Amino acid sequence: MAGISREEVLHVARLARLELTDDEVVRFQEQLSAILESVSKVSELDLSDVPPTAHPLEIENAWGEDELRPSLSRDEAFANAPDRVDDHFRVPPA
Amino acid sequence: MSIDTLRLTAEEAMGLLERKEVSGRELHDAYRAAIDARDGELHAFLWVQDEPDRGGVPIAIKDVISTKGVPTTAGSKILEGYVPVFDATVTARCKAAGLSLLGKTNTDEFAMGSSTENSAYGPTHNPWDPTRVPGGSGGGSAAAVSAGLAPWALGSDTGGSIKQPAALCGIVGLRPTYGTVSRYGVVAFASSLDQVGPTTKTVRDCALLYGIISGRDENDSTTVDVPKVDLPTAEDLKGVRIGVPRELNEAEGIEPGVRNAVRAAIDRAAALGAEIGECSLPRSVDYGLACYYLIAPAEASSNLARYDGVRYGLRAEGADFREMVMNTRRAGFGDEPKRRIMLGTYALSSGYYDAYYAKAQKVRTVIKREHDAVFENFDLIVSPTSPTVAFELGAKTADPLAMYLNDLLTIPSCMAGLPGLSIPCGLSAGLPVGLQLVGPQFGENTLFKVGHALERALEFDFVPERLR
Repeated sequence: MAGISREEVLHVARLARLELTDDEVVRFQEQLSAILESVSKVSELDLSDVPPTAHPLEIENAWGEDELRPSLSRDEAFANAPDRVDDHFRVPPA
Repeated sequence: MSIDTLRLTAEEAMGLLERKEVSGRELHDAYRAAIDARDGELHAFLWVQDEPDRGGVPIAIKDVISTKGVPTTAGSKILEGYVPVFDATVTARCKAAGLSLLGKTNTDEFAMGSSTENSAYGPTHNPWDPTRVPGGSGGGSAAAVSAGLAPWALGSDTGGSIKQPAALCGIVGLRPTYGTVSRYGVVAFASSLDQVGPTTKTVRDCALLYGIISGRDENDSTTVDVPKVDLPTAEDLKGVRIGVPRELNEAEGIEPGVRNAVRAAIDRAAALGAEIGECSLPRSVDYGLACYYLIAPAEASSNLARYDGVRYGLRAEGADFREMVMNTRRAGFGDEPKRRIMLGTYALSSGYYDAYYAKAQKVRTVIKREHDAVFENFDLIVSPTSPTVAFELGAKTADPLAMYLNDLLTIPSCMAGLPGLSIPCGLSAGLPVGLQLVGPQFGENTLFKVGHALERALEFDFVPERLR
């Protein structure tokens, strides 16, 4: 199971919207394979009766009052926008 | 009066202010002068405030924590020039307590690292020996406090980023119980693990700052109410049951000098009246690192999806939307975030989810149960914080797995959401050794009490030898 192929590296990079250089593909394939071999340890344990933990505290729903509160102004929300047009974020065509 | 920033604790600084022996301005200027004198060599700060913005004790804040109107980069080029329009809750609470923002401290990019060498803005150096790393990811905060550039600082900890740098720089660091400190406004790495906490010179300073930042926050639904924080005063440890987990104290890779210093501290605890007993966390240590390096990257791959060049941060050119996003992320992320995004995406992808992520979540339950069982018999457990003292810059940058092993001893308790305190307990080859104290959830007061008593007994001098 351990080890990751060049094709898988490219596939995962595409899923994550990362474009890799050829050098990065080679380096990441080698490094990720070593890391995956190490983390594959988790499959050694018999975990059939163990429930998963997604969150370390046993808290359930945290309710808040349904009321209006001050929020950011439009100008504040756009303050860090790379390209604003009126009240929109402008991006290149899809 | 002259202010010795190397020695002055935050508590002492508060006293000076209350008695009007110094002004907030004089304090700020003293730390600014120390930064001007020493930060050229150390590079603990990414941004420094010229004028104090409050009258109280200054504080440095790790650059993954939002500060309104002040740049917040998370150590990444993808957030270069980003200026938050709101304060993180912890920032707001520090301001409400009168603390004055001194500056923003260096960090591994997105808090991903154990040496601060992954910062896109260059590494921080260890005040005890500038050829060595200060630990990470919060190496900037730890180096700043150790070198007298700030009386105290905020860090953030996902798998050891407060405790490990505190250990390597010879100071005190607390990773609080998950859910006791708000994550609102903190740049997200792995949300089920991230916690903000204090980096300080003394355990009492640590308790004071934890008291300021902790407690439920309506802007973070994972936060809870917190027991009242007791400022520790006790000097003995009568009736305290301290467990020594075999695996955390005998793990392969623990340096002999580290082992000896920790052993001596445990003997000192016994002399102060604590009951010492051996215990075991076999699977937590064997499987903790693997569990962490699946869950944390998986959450990171999701959290870092937001950096797409649309709403804030870096934008690269591109002929179409997809190309713009790819070019932005390629130019903006360094190697470590890319590696972890890839690892996390892989572990969550169709066909691998059950083998990796789902299994890791079950291992997390195993780790939590093992710790719960130990705390039926002990009030806290102790071990080295880091297997080694500070290592040389560049020693581990080519081998990610070797770097990850720095967190072997801090990770298990993080997976279980437990509080951990690191205090300096001695030197090995002239470099500080950290003692890790871990308690049950919401056990901070016990950690402060024991940490304080040991700190008094051990009399470790937190000023780096070369700066005395």
